[in-house]
Amino acid sequence: MSIKEYRTASRAHGGLIAVQHTPGVAFGDRVRITDARGGTRDGQVIRAADEEVLILVFEGIEDLDLEDIWVRFLDEPVEIALSPEILGRELNGLGEPRDGRPPVLSNVRRPVGGAAINPAARTYPREFIQTGISTIDGLNSLVRGQKLPIFSGSGLPHNRLAAQIVRQAKLKDEDTSFSIVFAAMGVSYADAKFFRDEFANSGVLRNVVMFVNLADDPPVERLTLPRTALTAAEYLAYDLDRHVLVVMTDMTYYAEALREVATAKGDVPARKGYPGYLYSDLAEIYERCGRIHERHGSITMMPVVSMPSDDITHPIPDLTGYITEGQIVLSRELQNQGIYPPVHISPSLSRLMKDGIGRDDTREDHPHVAAQLYALYARALETRNLASIIGADELSERDRRYLTFADDFDKRFVGQDEAEDRSIDATLNLAWELMSAFPREMLTRLSETELAKYYRTAESQ
Amino acid sequence: MTDQHRTGTVRDINGPIVTIDLPGVRSGEQVRIGEIGLVGEVISLSGRQAVVQTYEGTDGVRPGEPAMGLGWPLSVELGPGLMGGIFDGVQRPLSKIALQSGDYIARGLDVPALDRARQWAFEPNPELEPGQQIGPGMVLGTVPETEVVSHKVLVPPGVAGELEEVAPAGAYDIESTIAHVRDAKGTSHRLSLYHRWPVRRPRPYLQRDDGVSPLITGQRVIDTFFPQLKGGKGAVPGPFGAGKTVVQQQIARWSNADIVIYVGCGERGNELVDVLESFPKLEDPYSGRKLMERTLLVANTSNMPVVAREASIYVGLTMAEYYRDMGYDVVMLADSTSRWAEALREVSGRLGQMPVEEGYPAYLASRLAAIYERAGRVKTHAAGSGSVTLIGAVSPPGGDFSEPVTSHTKDIIETFWALSKELADARHYPSIDWVTSFSGHVHTAAEWWHEVVDRRWEQRRTEALALLARDAELSRIVNLVGPEALSDAQRWQLEGAALVKEGVLQQSALDAVDTFCSPEKQFALLDLCLSIYDKGMALIELGVPVSELAEMPQLAKARRCKSMYNSDQVTEIHAFARAVEQAFEGIRLEYAKEHAE
Ligand SMILES: Nc1ncnc2c1ncn2[C@@H]1O[C@H](COP(=O)(O)OP(=O)(O)OP(=O)(O)O)[C@@H](O)[C@H]1O
Ligand SMILES: [Mg+2]
Repeated sequence: MSIKEYRTASRAHGGLIAVQHTPGVAFGDRVRITDARGGTRDGQVIRAADEEVLILVFEGIEDLDLEDIWVRFLDEPVEIALSPEILGRELNGLGEPRDGRPPVLSNVRRPVGGAAINPAARTYPREFIQTGISTIDGLNSLVRGQKLPIFSGSGLPHNRLAAQIVRQAKLKDEDTSFSIVFAAMGVSYADAKFFRDEFANSGVLRNVVMFVNLADDPPVERLTLPRTALTAAEYLAYDLDRHVLVVMTDMTYYAEALREVATAKGDVPARKGYPGYLYSDLAEIYERCGRIHERHGSITMMPVVSMPSDDITHPIPDLTGYITEGQIVLSRELQNQGIYPPVHISPSLSRLMKDGIGRDDTREDHPHVAAQLYALYARALETRNLASIIGADELSERDRRYLTFADDFDKRFVGQDEAEDRSIDATLNLAWELMSAFPREMLTRLSETELAKYYRTAESQ
Repeated sequence: MTDQHRTGTVRDINGPIVTIDLPGVRSGEQVRIGEIGLVGEVISLSGRQAVVQTYEGTDGVRPGEPAMGLGWPLSVELGPGLMGGIFDGVQRPLSKIALQSGDYIARGLDVPALDRARQWAFEPNPELEPGQQIGPGMVLGTVPETEVVSHKVLVPPGVAGELEEVAPAGAYDIESTIAHVRDAKGTSHRLSLYHRWPVRRPRPYLQRDDGVSPLITGQRVIDTFFPQLKGGKGAVPGPFGAGKTVVQQQIARWSNADIVIYVGCGERGNELVDVLESFPKLEDPYSGRKLMERTLLVANTSNMPVVAREASIYVGLTMAEYYRDMGYDVVMLADSTSRWAEALREVSGRLGQMPVEEGYPAYLASRLAAIYERAGRVKTHAAGSGSVTLIGAVSPPGGDFSEPVTSHTKDIIETFWALSKELADARHYPSIDWVTSFSGHVHTAAEWWHEVVDRRWEQRRTEALALLARDAELSRIVNLVGPEALSDAQRWQLEGAALVKEGVLQQSALDAVDTFCSPEKQFALLDLCLSIYDKGMALIELGVPVSELAEMPQLAKARRCKSMYNSDQVTEIHAFARAVEQAFEGIRLEYAKEHAE
């Protein structure tokens, strides 16, 4: 079919324009809009009827004179050109250069929408990734092919943590490094620069492709950006056999852009004005991660989700948590105590940990150590709470032991230096050191064999 | 039928909702949309136009492309070859699709659910004689579908008359004729190993029966505290990460059902892979065979098209009813019914229907009730009884149980396993909250327990719940005034409750020994913990200080018993219980001696 071009659009609001009498335009197709001054914008057909076609304009519709534009239906889906040359590049949400260098040229073009992975083609992720961070490796282990978001809040060091993970992540006893796909949506210039500098300083820049949409860039472009980035990740993983780590920040701005467009379209809102399909929409993004049968490469994902007003029940973190395979939750309280990384372990979780740890993967005591630390810490937090009501002096001796444990745990196990890359052995040994403050009868989550092998009281150390 | 397909034209594409011009098409009819042939279902009609919800993404479809009515409603194929398989939300076989279209699901594929080439060893029912009157649900013969599932080939609903002939024993593919039946009008019907059934219509049965025996899941907090009956309906609500999927997978693994249908409705791909990879290796504790032989998966993961998600529950239920009709006890697990409800909401929103609460349409409650109503224990036409137990996960936004899907579900179901974020955060698994959960089946279950396991079951269960309630009360006091305010007896109550929580309620799905717990072991552990509590209390009443009891090493062992002894080692638990008793008796004697001096 020939490319169709139309002279006018009829109405426009919220990033959308409507064009009338455009028979035969395909749903989902790419659109190019040229204004009187020759400037172009990109769009996508989001409703196609004979009488009228609705177009989402990625660059937004500000200053668009509807009487004086050309709308071209390009008769192709929204695609990105892919080649090994994308590594080291900085692109926008449509895969166009942001780094002043020429566009990526390639015969390999893929639609950014992707398709659903056949569940029967997946392989269960089970290879332990050592991040060098105790709260993650020891208690909420990450495995290759997992989607594990960082739930954070404004002013919390999620960027530093993500950067540290990018620097340190490796398979145990293996030296292959990850290729990094970095997707920034609506972040500040300073945040984007932080990551760019981080990648440059740690020498991984050659291995990174950045997709960037800043806070002052058009919000609608944020809707395609993660899809474009993941299409690149799939190419790196499955065409080039790389292990890819996708860092996406900040999914909250993505969801806000989605809400903006949904409202303009008149979609029925579910909670807090977000459309009912936010769950499915986020899932389309997050579920692109994983491991596939007989494919060497993999996609591991660490999205950053900032929780509006630190509220974990807000639709964005909530729906994210319902899709991802766990979450690492940062706490303002720990941050205020000067603890880095301020990971609050209670609400944190890794669902894929179970098959990635233990004798063959990390160490045989790992599963029970994690369970025991969690149990002790849960009790310790209760005690801390009690102490804040009735005063620490009123506590029994046993309870005071929990109190000391809570403090030690926060300072020594949770807290670590930004440059400190702890091995999993070091993490587990530290855990035993902390647990050994309790008499062994209290450590009922650990087996007798494990206690015999690792339990050391202060005197025997 | 093929040459009578009516064709029309696509008019409007609005995501999964497509409006077509196709006079004469019926509501509920299957249609193929566009050159690519996407499958969809007519959901409303107005004049010449029909609104279609498509089960596949509509990218690339243009107004003006053809649309074709297929003449039948959304139906599934019912016959041998379902067990062990994984199907999408409209029953397309995903393993075969992977062979055809690779790692990603292509659109417009037309792959039948059942393998046409495979031969099955059919054994005719020896009691049948040509000339005999037969009717729906009667067994024409059997086919060994897997080592554990003997597939009964039934006369389909709606077919009755005189049996003309039945095929002799032999190997047949599913399309071969295995019987001819002449109906009252003299028309002869050809029956094969399979038939189709429209998924939105419940399969008929003779009459409903009361549930009689509990579904044993091997999970203590379920079987002992909040039992489910075979044929019952239950819900597992909880915030993300609380353990809904693990509860459902544990039931799929360890329950004493004949058939398990696991519907991954809008959830994670990896959770289905987990089942697909682990079940072929795990052994059913009852039959000793591999679990996959009795399991069937329906998968519409969260990234798969949303409309097929709505269909997936009905597809799963219809297959469940089909095995029920063979006289089997079927468990269907739906994870998650909230995603089903959201699919309903999305379609109704796109149709511009009036939302009533949180965007959901007014018919949410009635559709939910109709789904759960398909569970039950029934007398089948084949004169036996079979059951469908339906257990749905509910994923309330923000963990708020007052939202529409959770609250409507709560009104419908009989067993409610409420998962608590607090318990999950403290890694108390399963995080089933003993205060807000309930089961309407305790009395019926008690009859079974009393007969099969121990006459004191109901009494012990009540005592344990009372102790837990007391614990909650005392904890509130402690939080106000500190532990010093408690008497020794009250402190012992706290110790006793802690023992019940750790020694009985907590059960790790990841523990090789404790993942499954037989009813005998369940009761032995409960009795052990409560006896320790009772005996200890008697000593405290004599004046023994609580600190002396709390430090007894036997308490630590009692907490570990669950993973030290497997379900065949109940006698060891009893022996340990006697040893504990002796230890307490020792303390009592010593104490009596001291006080006599
Ligand atoms: N009985 C159990 N034993 C051990 N671990 C458990 C148990 N139940 C839950 N867990 C832990 O909790 C995690 C989350 O459980 P699960 O995936 O079932 O949550 P969910 O309620 O289904 O969450 P979502 O709504 O996001 O799907 C599991 O990955 C596992 O680590
Ligand atoms: Mg789940």
